[in-house]
Amino acid sequence: MTRSTISINPTKTDHHVAKLTALAIALHVLEAVFPSPLPGVKPGVANIITLFVLIRYGFGTAAWVSLLRVFASSLLLGNFLSPTFVLSLSGALLSLATLWLAQYLPKRYFSVISLSVLAAFAHTLGQLCIVRIWLIPHAGVSYLIPIFALAALIFGLINGIICARLLSK
Amino acid sequence: MNKLKSQALIGDIFIIVTSAIAVVFLFKTLWSNVPASQLLIRQADQIIGTYDLEQTRELHIHGPLGESHISIEQGKVRFKQSPCNHQYCVHQGWLNRVGQVAICLPNQISLQLIGEKKPYDSLNY
Repeated sequence: MTRSTISINPTKTDHHVAKLTALAIALHVLEAVFPSPLPGVKPGVANIITLFVLIRYGFGTAAWVSLLRVFASSLLLGNFLSPTFVLSLSGALLSLATLWLAQYLPKRYFSVISLSVLAAFAHTLGQLCIVRIWLIPHAGVSYLIPIFALAALIFGLINGIICARLLSK
Repeated sequence: MNKLKSQALIGDIFIIVTSAIAVVFLFKTLWSNVPASQLLIRQADQIIGTYDLEQTRELHIHGPLGESHISIEQGKVRFKQSPCNHQYCVHQGWLNRVGQVAICLPNQISLQLIGEKKPYDSLNY
């Protein structure tokens, strides 16, 4: 009897992606457990990992980590393909697009803190677009925009500072 | 603290200040302290009606989950009861200013407060 084996040879990068994604998923799920004063306002601590990966391993790896985190967390939390998942995905996609552009900012003047704030705003914008187009299709949403923008600024700043600290170690 | 200072570069400060100004601007334009005079109720993509706020009245609006009870009480309005799971709309409580909104997503009903003039009018400031 012959045994057939399929062997997959994971590269070093694969291991890095897997480990960091696992950490991001843990943070994402942990955050989902805590109640939020307003639905949609969350610190987004998992984005610290995305930023960390962006600086250390480049944009491609960061995109993998971010998207894998969104898909895997939604499966764990049981909201895959639900509005929560779509909001999470749209936020992640727009913030990745922003990071892709922002990575070309001169490093001398712009640190990861800038990237974090920009990504946080993009994340919020992506979510608000989905809310406006799909979930609440009228102008009433505009009342909530300032709160979301303020939250994006504060949490983007905090996450950026944490990420800068981690990177300097 | 010194470590933190050395990490924030001039570009970071520029981005933070610009964002902070943008946030303040958003608050100024989108929030008003003007008391509302009228209530606009929507169910899905349809406008159910506009109601005067200076009255005491109970409204029953039908949505996909059932009936939501909305009460108007002399200048303010709230979701009194709604057949949704999370009850976010009910917990939001009373609304009384122009531009305020309460939404019951599961039952697809929204309350929006408007003034005499159009909401978000620059004249409100």
